[in-house]
Amino acid sequence: MAHLALSLFYILVFPGLLFLSVFGLAAEYVDRKLYARMQNRMGPPWFQPLADLLKLFGKEDVVPEESNPQIFRLMPVIALTAAVSAFFYIPLWDKNALFAFNGDLIVVLYLLTIPTLTFFLGGWYSTSLYAKIGSVRSVTQLFAYEIPLFMSILSTALLANTWSLSEMTAFYGKNPVYIPVNIVSFFIALIALLGKLEKVPFDIPEAETEIVAGTFTEYSGRLLGFFRLAIDIEAVVGASLLAAVYLPFGLSLPPAFGFLFYVVKVLFMIGLLALLRSVFARLRIDQMVNFCWRYLAPVAFLQLLVTLAVKGVFLR
Amino acid sequence: MHKVIIPIGPQHPALKEPESFRVVLSGEKILEFGYRLGYNHRGIEKACEARTYIQNIYLTERICGICSHSHSSCFIQAVEEIAGLQVPRRALYIRTIVAELERIHSHLLWLGVAGHEIGFDTLFMYSWRDREVVMDLLAVITGNRVNYGINTVGGVRRDVTPEQAKEILKGMDILEDRTKYYAEIATQETTVIKRLSGVGILSHDDAIRLGAVGPTARASDVRRDTRKDDPYAAYGELDFKVITDTHNDVYGRTIVRVGELMESYKMIRQLLKNLPDGPITVKAPRRIPAGEAIGRYEAPRGEDVHYVKANGTDKPERVKVRAPTLANIQAVSKMLENRLLADLPIIIAAIDPCFSCTDRLTAIKDVEGGAQGTMEWEDLHTYSIRWYRDRGIEFGAANKKLSAMMEGKK
Repeated sequence: MAHLALSLFYILVFPGLLFLSVFGLAAEYVDRKLYARMQNRMGPPWFQPLADLLKLFGKEDVVPEESNPQIFRLMPVIALTAAVSAFFYIPLWDKNALFAFNGDLIVVLYLLTIPTLTFFLGGWYSTSLYAKIGSVRSVTQLFAYEIPLFMSILSTALLANTWSLSEMTAFYGKNPVYIPVNIVSFFIALIALLGKLEKVPFDIPEAETEIVAGTFTEYSGRLLGFFRLAIDIEAVVGASLLAAVYLPFGLSLPPAFGFLFYVVKVLFMIGLLALLRSVFARLRIDQMVNFCWRYLAPVAFLQLLVTLAVKGVFLR
Repeated sequence: MHKVIIPIGPQHPALKEPESFRVVLSGEKILEFGYRLGYNHRGIEKACEARTYIQNIYLTERICGICSHSHSSCFIQAVEEIAGLQVPRRALYIRTIVAELERIHSHLLWLGVAGHEIGFDTLFMYSWRDREVVMDLLAVITGNRVNYGINTVGGVRRDVTPEQAKEILKGMDILEDRTKYYAEIATQETTVIKRLSGVGILSHDDAIRLGAVGPTARASDVRRDTRKDDPYAAYGELDFKVITDTHNDVYGRTIVRVGELMESYKMIRQLLKNLPDGPITVKAPRRIPAGEAIGRYEAPRGEDVHYVKANGTDKPERVKVRAPTLANIQAVSKMLENRLLADLPIIIAAIDPCFSCTDRLTAIKDVEGGAQGTMEWEDLHTYSIRWYRDRGIEFGAANKKLSAMMEGKK
C-alpha cells in the first residue's frame, strides 16, 4: 500500500504531473522572456503563462459540429499524458531514472512522437480547412526531423552499448571522455527538437500568416489549454532528454545541488531554442523537408559512422 | 490530389485590412487565385463633392493611414493647377521633406511586415522600433505622427525651424546606420533569402503589360518613377537615383525598397541644406475656377493619381482617386502562378497593399431612361466598345496599329 502511494506521489506530484506543469510553465516564461528581450521587447511578467492557462481553463470548449467529438476531445489529453509519461524514464538529477529498464530509450522516443500524432488527428478531425492543412504539414514534418533525431540519439546509445537511458548516463558519467564524440549529433538533435516543438524556423504547421493557427484553429478553452500545457511539458521533456544524453554532468552531486544543476541544464537548452527561433525566418515545408533529408540526415549518418569507428577502436 | 478552396480573408492574420482572397489549392500548390475588393469602401470620393477644398485636404489625407501625405499632396497639386497658383519654393521643399520622411516610415513598416509574413518576427520588432525615430521626427515638424495636416491650398501650414532641421539630420544618421544593418540581414541571412528569392516572379514584360507601379515595377527593371518622369514639388532640383533591380522577385522588391530608403536619407539632407528662404504660403481663392486637372504623385507604394474637376464654387464637382495598390493588385495573380500556399502572404505583402485606399465603387445610372441598375464587368466592357465604335473608334484595330508601331520602333 505504501509502495502504491509513493508511486502515485511520484506520478502525480513530484517529479510527475504537478512539478512538470510548473516547470513547463516556468520554461515557457523563460523562453518567452528571452525571445522578447532578444527582439528588444519587454516580454511578459513571470506569471503570464499560468495566467494564460487559467484563462483558457475558465473558458467554454467549443466543439465544431462537423468534427468527430470523441477524437477532438481526447487528443489534447493523450498529448499531455504521453509527454508526462516520457518524463519518468529520463534520468534527471540522479544516475537512475524513476523507472528504468533496458529499452526505455525507445519508449521515450516513441512517447515523444505521440504528441505530434495527436496534433495530426486533432487537426484532421476538427474538419477545418486550415487545421487540415496544418495537420498534414505536421505529419510531413514529422517524417523529416524524426529520422535525424533517432539517428543522433542512436549514436550515443551505440557508444554506451545500451538501450537504457539510465545506463547510458551512467556510462558517460564514468567515461566523460566520450561525451565530445557525439557533439555533432547534439546539434542535430537540438534542431530536430525545434521541429518537434514546432518553433521557428519549423513552425510551419501553425504558420499564422498562412493558415491561421494550423492544427489548433478550432481548439479553444480547456482543450486548447491542455494542448498548450502538453507542448510546454514536451519542451521540458525534450530538453531533459537532450540534457541527460548529451550533458550527463553533475549526476553524483547531493540531491539539492543536483536538482539545481538539472534545472540550469534544461533552461540552458530552452535558451538555445529561444536563440535559434529569434534569428531565423520560417522555412517552407518543401525547404524544411529538403533541409532535413539533404543535410541533417546525412550528417547524422556520418556521426553514426564516426561513433562506430570510435567504438571499434577504443571500446573493444 | 483533390482540390480545396480556402478563403484568405476578409479576416485573416496575414491581412492587416479586410480583403477577400479565394485560393484553390491542390495540396500546397496554388491552382487559382481570385480576389474581391470592396470590404472597406467608405465613399470618400462622393464625400469630397459635399465638402470645401480646405475640408477635402483633410479628408483625402484620411484615404490611407500610411501614405496620408501622398494623397493630400496629390489632391492639392491638381487643385493648385486648376487655380493656377504659384506655390512658394520653400513650401515645395517642406512638402518634399514630409513626403520623403513618409516614404521612410512606410518602407520601414513594410520591412517589418515582410519579416512577419515570413515568420521572422525579430526583423519585424527591430524595424518597427527604428520606425519610431522617423515617426517622432514627423511629429516634431508637423505635430502629428500619422495624418500630418501640413498641406494647405497654396503652400504648407508650418515652417521648419533650423533646430528642427538639426534634429532631422541627427535622425537621418541613426536611420542610415540601421538601414545598412537591415540591408545586410535581408541580403545575407540564409532563411530570409530562401523565403524571398525566386518567389513571386513578375517579368519585365508582365510588369509593363499589367501596369505595375512603384517598387513592384522597379524590381522588375521598369524605370517608372513619377519623381523623375514628371517632377513635382522639389524633385526637379534634387539629385537622386531611381533604384531598379533585375531580380523580378520579392527579393528584388526588398532590395529596391532598402535602396530607396538610402536615397531618401540623401534627399532629405539635400533638401535641408538648400532650403530656400521666403514665404511658406500664397493666398488662395476660396472658390476654385472651373476646370479639371490630374495630380500625379509617387507615393511609397507607387504612382498615385487624383483627378479633380472644379465648377467655380468652393466645392469640387468630381474627385477620382486611383491608389497605387489598384495598379499593382492585377499583377498578384501572375506572381502566384505555380507557387505554394506558404508564399501567398509574402507575395501579397510584397506589393505593399493598401486595400482601404483601393476600394472604390462605380455606380452607373442611365440618365435618359431613368432605369437604375448595376453593370457587371462584362457589360461595362461591351458597353465601352459600343460607345467608342459609335464614335468611329475601333479599339481592336487601334491596338493592332499601336503594336505595329511599337514593333517598328524596336
